Amino acid sequence: MTTAHRPRPLTPRERERFDFAVIAGWIPEGRHVLDLGCGDGRLLRYLRESRSVTGYGVEIDHDSVLGCIRNGVDVIQIDIEGGLSGFGDASFDHAIISQALQAMHSTERILGEMLRVAAEAIVSFPNFAYRANREAVARGHMPVSEDLPYEWYDTPNVRFFTLADFEALCEKLGIAVRERLAFDVYGQPVEDDPNLNGSLAFYRLGR
Amino acid sequence: MPDGNSVGCVVPQRFCHDAPMALKGGGRLPSFELVFETYGSLNAARSNAVLVCHALSGSHHVAGFHADTPDSEGWWDNLVGPGKPLDTEKFFVVGVNNLGGCYGSTGPLSPNPETGKRYGADFPLLTVEDWVLAQSRLADHLGIDTWAAVIGGSLGGMQAIEWSLKFPERIRHVIAIASAPKLSAQNIAFNEVARQAILSDPEFHGGHYAERGVVPARGLRLARMIGHITYLSDDQMNEKFGRQLRGGGLGFSYGIDFEIESYLRYQGDKFAAFFDANTYLLTTKALDYFDPALDHGGDLATALAAARASFLVVSFTTDWRFSPARSREIVFALMQNRRRVAYAEIDCDAGHDSFLLDDARYHAALRAYLEKIKP
Repeated sequence: MTTAHRPRPLTPRERERFDFAVIAGWIPEGRHVLDLGCGDGRLLRYLRESRSVTGYGVEIDHDSVLGCIRNGVDVIQIDIEGGLSGFGDASFDHAIISQALQAMHSTERILGEMLRVAAEAIVSFPNFAYRANREAVARGHMPVSEDLPYEWYDTPNVRFFTLADFEALCEKLGIAVRERLAFDVYGQPVEDDPNLNGSLAFYRLGR
Repeated sequence: MPDGNSVGCVVPQRFCHDAPMALKGGGRLPSFELVFETYGSLNAARSNAVLVCHALSGSHHVAGFHADTPDSEGWWDNLVGPGKPLDTEKFFVVGVNNLGGCYGSTGPLSPNPETGKRYGADFPLLTVEDWVLAQSRLADHLGIDTWAAVIGGSLGGMQAIEWSLKFPERIRHVIAIASAPKLSAQNIAFNEVARQAILSDPEFHGGHYAERGVVPARGLRLARMIGHITYLSDDQMNEKFGRQLRGGGLGFSYGIDFEIESYLRYQGDKFAAFFDANTYLLTTKALDYFDPALDHGGDLATALAAARASFLVVSFTTDWRFSPARSREIVFALMQNRRRVAYAEIDCDAGHDSFLLDDARYHAALRAYLEKIKP
């Protein structure tokens, strides 16, 4: 007997590679990118190795900055909550924020700034309205799931939103959704009602 | 006493440059000498050399100690040594006293070969570019074509940046700490107060005090006192001294009441006892004049377009002399040129002087960056 074909949630490492691959799929070879909230720079390293991209990561956390330096990733230690002043208009092809927007307060400003400094923005975030999350709330508890893996009392997340919410904000800000992908916890693309069935959402945005 | 991973006992060396060198200000030096120290070994490919540039009061004596004075630890000994962030097992580290210095390199206290008298006030004003040019002659002498890195804090960082512009093919990495692309009006103002303190000392004698066997110690002392205020943060000064009184109560005199007064006087006296006033003056002018963007219409990004090196830029949150915003100017100008740059803004309460300390986060960032440099 083998269990190889039984669907199982992706491991954190698989999820990371999966996440990176989805983003890389939207970035042509050799582009110049800015990765906001870049952690230890693994995404940028992946993009450099798989797509020959150049660019910078932005991070506020000291240990993450050290991680970037160890990964050979060019990192700028500043707080992006105050915007991206200093970064020139249209100085990047892509500005990425991978599963970090929900941990920042100045959501509108950051989205606006991303599309000021780059021609295109790529945003990925956990969907708060994913079925399992809704069920947790229905049971009377804040959700703890694969894409929202924190207890309410120690979560770094400060903004909890859904695909529907995000799209409404984009419309309000005059941001065009060029492409949207949603996946379940098995890494399978979701076509049917992504706001219910998608755990992780990816957006390619422009003006 | 030296710690377990000290480079140990070191002996300063001399480099004699017997040809004239033209200076940016229009003058020339008929010849010059630089005193320097080295730590670690130059590898066969001559590719592991790191130049350490000093700031206002530093010297060639970066690490280790001198045999005759065992407590004479180098000014950056916490950074440089076997197993330390700037690891002498991997790198060949060179410290040099800049031209115009007072630690043994040719400067205002040296005899002018054309008159036989000490230069004194006749020593030409120097620029950061002149220092870098002189350092390049030392590199030639040592057989170092390309530095793996040039590293410096404050004014030392400016020299590291200048290396990447003047000799872009001769430097692989710039490490500029607590530095700035040029001084602000406030920075220049502090320097001018320090200069006026020296220039108005009755013992200055138009800069020819050494010929008379005197020292403008009061001016130097004041210059150092004002400098020291700007090197520390307000918070740190409050924490360290607060309003602590030296004696039991207020003296109702102009003697020392507060601990901070005692500290500044001590620092001023200590400095005035060994540092040369003319060196102080010309060094502050070199700081004021540094502005690589000037020849590029004031545009730093255009100026930095010449650089080929990768950069690590480090600043400290409580540094108000060369604030993080000044370091960010360098970073953004490099990014505009799509140069490789990492920027660490270290949360450290010690102000500008942080670059000399061994703050754990600061040293971790330097270690991580230096470990990535191929020897």
